[in-house]
Amino acid sequence: MFRKFTLRVPRLLLALALILLGAVCIFTIGKLQLIITGRNLTSIGLLAGGLIFYTGIILVISMFENETVLSIALLLPSMVAVAIFVYGFIGWSVRVSLSKWKGLNPDFTWVGLKQYYSLFHDNPRFMIDIRNTGMFTVGFILGCLILGLGLAILLDQRLKGEALFRGIFLFPMSISFIASGVVWGWLMNPATGNRITGINLIFQTLGLKSLISLWHSTPMPWGMAFTVIPAVWQLSGFTMALYMGGMRSISDDLREAARVDGASEFQIYRYIIFPLLQPVTLSAVIILGHMSLKIFDLIVALGNKAISLDVPGIYMWTTTFDGTNYAQGAAIGVLMLVSVAILVVPYLIQNMRTEIQL
Amino acid sequence: MTRRILTHTLFYIILIALAAFYLLPIYLMLLTSFKPINEVDLKTMWALPLNGLHIENFIAGYKQLAPNINNSLMMVIPEAILSSLLGSLNGYLLAKWKFRGSNLVFSLILFGMFIPYQSILIPLVKFMQAIKLYGDIPGLILVHIIYGIPITTLIFRNYYAGIETELLDAGKIDGAGLMGLYRYIMFPLSAPSFAVVIIWQFTQAWNEFLFAVILTNQSHWPVTVALNNLAGSQLVQWNVLMAATLLAALPTLLVYLFLGRYFLRGLMAGALKG
Repeated sequence: MFRKFTLRVPRLLLALALILLGAVCIFTIGKLQLIITGRNLTSIGLLAGGLIFYTGIILVISMFENETVLSIALLLPSMVAVAIFVYGFIGWSVRVSLSKWKGLNPDFTWVGLKQYYSLFHDNPRFMIDIRNTGMFTVGFILGCLILGLGLAILLDQRLKGEALFRGIFLFPMSISFIASGVVWGWLMNPATGNRITGINLIFQTLGLKSLISLWHSTPMPWGMAFTVIPAVWQLSGFTMALYMGGMRSISDDLREAARVDGASEFQIYRYIIFPLLQPVTLSAVIILGHMSLKIFDLIVALGNKAISLDVPGIYMWTTTFDGTNYAQGAAIGVLMLVSVAILVVPYLIQNMRTEIQL
Repeated sequence: MTRRILTHTLFYIILIALAAFYLLPIYLMLLTSFKPINEVDLKTMWALPLNGLHIENFIAGYKQLAPNINNSLMMVIPEAILSSLLGSLNGYLLAKWKFRGSNLVFSLILFGMFIPYQSILIPLVKFMQAIKLYGDIPGLILVHIIYGIPITTLIFRNYYAGIETELLDAGKIDGAGLMGLYRYIMFPLSAPSFAVVIIWQFTQAWNEFLFAVILTNQSHWPVTVALNNLAGSQLVQWNVLMAATLLAALPTLLVYLFLGRYFLRGLMAGALKG
């Protein structure tokens, strides 16, 4: 593995200097603590020292001219970080979810699947969460796909001002869910009578009284359906962009050939473009689906933690950090992960397989 | 031909109606934020400001959010720079120096992009408390960098995969190694990708809420947490709140307006497979 070795004296000296510097950093910061402007940055300091030390090691490895080893060594910090912060922490969460930790002091007493059992059997709030998430997911994905595809077809007609319209449909994507929840919360104000306002006021002025609604304050279960509106507002433009990308990659020759054969514009979409857009729809469903399964901030800003608009993401937050029921919170988090993994893992595996074939 | 004009007119009507729907919230935000307090009334919510434009709402909103906007900036700038450097290195190695199992490593890293952060939240909080980075901005930066590894690696990897290997082969003949090729060939070619990743990470971290609300204490709240708190309190006037919301959304909106091309590329990279 290390057959070739080229000694480069300047590089070796630099490597040794870095290793020494890193070691000194780690030693002194570990001993004395690092406090900058009142902040205790000891662990950041130790991390920096460690990275300096590791850079020295990398320089030594680079002299062996084995590129595979060097490549792995350079990837190692990221790999370790992901291994700990993603996989290690998931494992830790699973362990907490199998315990009866309630209260501030950790309690890892093994209780098996009890937390999961009680979530599904005697927890009405979690049932509301599942129903709400299901309703939101279906409405959100359908809304984004239909509106996104519609917009993409409209913008596919080579109209003037296409870029302007595209920009208008996409900009909500750049705003935070919190900001959009605040504004939409006001637009969808449920007040009626002489306190009527927001969109309801527009409806009243236009004489469309039948459209006046309580929006997301509609009694359970249908209030949740209205939270889809701001979510679709934010992400239908993104879905449009996905479809537009897909349509661009379909060559004009194909459409031209169909036209020569006497196909109408409608038939071209129906028989040529839509079938070719299926992979785009699949990626869109996966991206939007995983977002809706973990929807959190939009609902926080809209619903202010109202139970009728509860979702697992909020329940996990309140049960863990307000209710200090860590075991149950961990179980909810793990269940959210499982739901996302069912959606995403087949896609990732498929992706990896096709890459290896190439 | 007349049929064509007719359909085009119809398309324009639909497009303009839809554009009105997309612009409605922004219109309301602008409208309300420029009104003085005596004009903010439920009945006249959609009316134009009658007595000129008032900017005092923005001053009041800024007074409310200034420390938090500062916190967000202090978090987002180092975060975006560091995570793009890390992503560039990872992307280069995973695109051009494949080893046995490197695709598996890539997929395992990529999975981190999709996880609901609720599933790692309890260990994360305990860990951040243990290393004494809980409650403050540096800890939040670290967390954003680490959970940003998947997306930044993905964007750079896809970008580098599109650069011809012949270019590297030429460099190898000239005696450059793995690090030399990165430094003299790949890195100078990476500017567009850096723009995409820095803009993406900037927007993500600026808009992020869950880590921000869990991992920081009140004096270090980023702007999203403070805005949510402001909206929840009954004491703030709507015109001030709308001005504050606009201020909080402004940095990412400006980035979108002026650098939308790169923003869109980041968006697509996150969705389409390499």
